[in-house]
Amino acid sequence: MKRIIKQVFPQTIPVMAGYLSLGIAFGLLLQSIGYGPIWAFLMSLFIYAGSAQFLAVELLASGATLIHVALLTFLLNFRHLFYGLSMIEKYRGTGIRKIYLIFGLTDETYALLTGYKTPEGLSDKSYYFAVTLMNQLYWISGCVIGSVAGSIIPFDTAGIDFAMTALFAVLVVEQWKTHKNHIPAISGFVITVAALYIFGADSFLIPALIVMSVVLLCMKDALNTEEINER
Amino acid sequence: MNDKYIIMVIAVMAIVTILLRFLPFIIFDHGEQLPKWISYLGKVLPPAIMSMLLVYCLRNINLLEGNHGFPELICVAVAILIHSWKRNTLLSIGVSTLLYMIIIQSGI
Repeated sequence: MKRIIKQVFPQTIPVMAGYLSLGIAFGLLLQSIGYGPIWAFLMSLFIYAGSAQFLAVELLASGATLIHVALLTFLLNFRHLFYGLSMIEKYRGTGIRKIYLIFGLTDETYALLTGYKTPEGLSDKSYYFAVTLMNQLYWISGCVIGSVAGSIIPFDTAGIDFAMTALFAVLVVEQWKTHKNHIPAISGFVITVAALYIFGADSFLIPALIVMSVVLLCMKDALNTEEINER
Repeated sequence: MNDKYIIMVIAVMAIVTILLRFLPFIIFDHGEQLPKWISYLGKVLPPAIMSMLLVYCLRNINLLEGNHGFPELICVAVAILIHSWKRNTLLSIGVSTLLYMIIIQSGI
């Protein structure tokens, strides 16, 4: 147990910085529309999706209908459909923990688990589980702290959430170094930037993901899978 | 406060999110060999998605006005350079985040 924490914790520090600061921002925001710590706790426990929770604050404040809530959540979290595809084989043999592993598959957890290898001496399933659980604990803590005490944080934390952006930048480099073939990374970048330009900041993820998958599937025969498997 | 409403909103959001996360497993994870194209997508998507998520984090910067997104772009470049050089995650993230905080808090 101690060893798991010691080996896994350092990998999750950037997520901790990001989740705590974003969680605190969320807790404060939720508090500002009149919902206290218990709601921040329940949302971070059961929804556990950062961007959806920020959206929830707006929806709660405006009294949106439940159909509207369902539709917007679907659009916002549609990307998670694609994350599972990479985890089906990895999560085989994880037993009962698999339910929690799938439940907790956020952007950041997906990024860590596909970006890094299991540390020496740990089993895959304890590693996956530890990362997933630690990340959710950071998120829950952040949301509750923000709700209870967000307004009395004594130093200026503006910009600390950049840690998450930096984490993705680091993981782009990691993916670049572990894969010999860079076509997927480059296509992903070009297609996403094009989609952002065409569809705008609020609705580019779904078209980007779909086009990316179709393009990569079309290149299936051209891309040498041996190279892709290289880890 | 209307507790019933927020409980319903939480339930709906949780159910939709959980469904989206479980769906690929419900459809494809039946113990046998995965269809080749799914297994292939599962392998090529992570690098593509990592690029996508990086762009996603930068989606709100405006290249044409204000600071032109310089703080974000410079600090991302710093993170990438340090990481390519030392490959030490905490160093890359720590330095670039600190630099970002200094830049935006000093209002340069």
